[in-house]
Amino acid sequence: MYAMLALPLLWLAIFAYWPMYGVIIAFKDFNVVDGIWGSPWVGLKHFERFTDSYLFWRLIKNTVVLHVYELVATFPLPIILALALNMVRRRWFSRWVQLITYAPHFISTVVVVGIIVVLVDPTTGVVTRLTDLLGLPTFDLLGNPGSFRHLYVWSGAWQTMGFSAIIYLAALTSVDPELHEAAVVDGASRLRRVWHIDLPAIRPVAVVLLILNMGSILSVGFEKVLLMQNNLNLHASEVIDTYVYKVGLEAQIPQFSYATAIGLFRSVVGLVLLVVANSIARRFAKSSLW
Amino acid sequence: MTADQMAPDDRRIGAAAVAVQDTRQDKIVTICVSAALALFAFAVLYPLVYVLSASLSDPSNVVSGEVWLWPVGFSLDAYKAIFDYRSILTGFGNSVVYAIGGALLATALTLLAGFPLSRKGLPGKGLIMALFVFTMMFNGGLIPTYLVVEQLHMLNTRWAMIVPGALAVWNVIITRTYFQVSIPEELHEAATMDGCSDFGFFWRVVLPLSKPIIAVNLLFYAVGQWNSWFNGLIYLTNEHLFPLQLMLRQILIQNKIDASGIQDAAELLRRKELQQQLKFSLIVIAAIPPLLIYPFVQKHFVKGAMIGSLKG
Repeated sequence: MYAMLALPLLWLAIFAYWPMYGVIIAFKDFNVVDGIWGSPWVGLKHFERFTDSYLFWRLIKNTVVLHVYELVATFPLPIILALALNMVRRRWFSRWVQLITYAPHFISTVVVVGIIVVLVDPTTGVVTRLTDLLGLPTFDLLGNPGSFRHLYVWSGAWQTMGFSAIIYLAALTSVDPELHEAAVVDGASRLRRVWHIDLPAIRPVAVVLLILNMGSILSVGFEKVLLMQNNLNLHASEVIDTYVYKVGLEAQIPQFSYATAIGLFRSVVGLVLLVVANSIARRFAKSSLW
Repeated sequence: MTADQMAPDDRRIGAAAVAVQDTRQDKIVTICVSAALALFAFAVLYPLVYVLSASLSDPSNVVSGEVWLWPVGFSLDAYKAIFDYRSILTGFGNSVVYAIGGALLATALTLLAGFPLSRKGLPGKGLIMALFVFTMMFNGGLIPTYLVVEQLHMLNTRWAMIVPGALAVWNVIITRTYFQVSIPEELHEAATMDGCSDFGFFWRVVLPLSKPIIAVNLLFYAVGQWNSWFNGLIYLTNEHLFPLQLMLRQILIQNKIDASGIQDAAELLRRKELQQQLKFSLIVIAAIPPLLIYPFVQKHFVKGAMIGSLKG
């Protein structure tokens, strides 16, 4: 048994726990010659540099605003979709709607951003032609800090909401059909049954997903942000993770220690928020992760 | 959750409702909900249909904005243009290698981790599980992981694309739950009594009984590998190793097209016209492999997500 576990554990040690040891370079001035252990300790220097940086509040704001906007806009959608699908009685119809709405989940981030690029292209894009028809002014949606967040959030909703509905549909199958029958006999309308029977069945799942979401408040869909980012929308699109990438790997002179410190700051805040959200949920909603 | 599993319940609710007669109001609500769903499904599908139609249209019709839903002036030029770019073909080949290699390695690791962790009496199981789950909540981050890959001399090799991201803890949990449910402890005990080793049991009994979960893992990892680009961005500098998605990023998003080797000015102009068109056909080419696989595995994906959500 343990022999079987050896390979996965070896992988885990190398690619998950070795990097965790490497995190100590956040408290050092890392240089390649001395290595991780040999580099001199500098305490909290890099953290102080980050919190004192003029970019600090802008990064925090961009990250949190983007995340909260995404949460508020996209959290209820899969729930509504699942409830609606559950109301439809024609099987073939609900199966087709599911097949179509899951599909974008399997498309890569690069392709999704590529689709956005061709759709909102300021000369030939279909969105541009539509605004022309309606007599609205044309402007470059991707090259505009004001529209970056909307594009990011709603394209994300397009991509994920169908697939996120699965988990709620699963919760809805556990509802005892006799509850519905009894409610019908008592004269409850369809909407009332959704409100009093279906919605409570979904609630525990929704709470758990909400907690998980709290833990990632300082992280956003980093790969997609990086892909959608350009010099024109940078003011709204620079988030903590993209900054870490730029400082640590993309820069001419990579600053490994500084970038690691910023990343660690984000991870620790995330972990703390997760624990706090979990204990609140256990107290008030009676469901939690652990 | 699939429509098939839902069906019996639905019919019962339906029968009960018919016996009492749907009120007029209920009927209106149901019709409105169905209409909204149909409209919504169309809205989700539209960008995909538009891109497909544009890729099959004549480039001049796309530029002049005549394409709304169906192809205008059918043409395959955009697809022919793909074959003029060596780098795209190389990327496609690389992605196939990464998807297959990555899926095989990751699935093997996941099964090897999932089976022992599904057995009841294994000492230290809780601790090992905690080691796995903790990595979901906290990780070393970008730079320390990069340094590890560098120290292993994996930078700029195909291994960097396959190995560091191999294991997904979520899949280990789903796989473990599958084994817990479908491989009873008694079966294992009986095999042990007959002198079968743990590994022999795993190889000869567990694996043949676990085709669905193996398929789910393979496809999940393959799609993930096919769609990934960021590991390529940070670990690779050699363009001959780039996966397709990284090539796509250059052409679709950064508008970089390799025009070297084209001397003829007229040829260059034609290329420029085709460039916009090329984006559409590339999106189709890159999106099609996962979308072709997906209807066949949808049921399994859904089951996996369900097991994970209910018992994880």
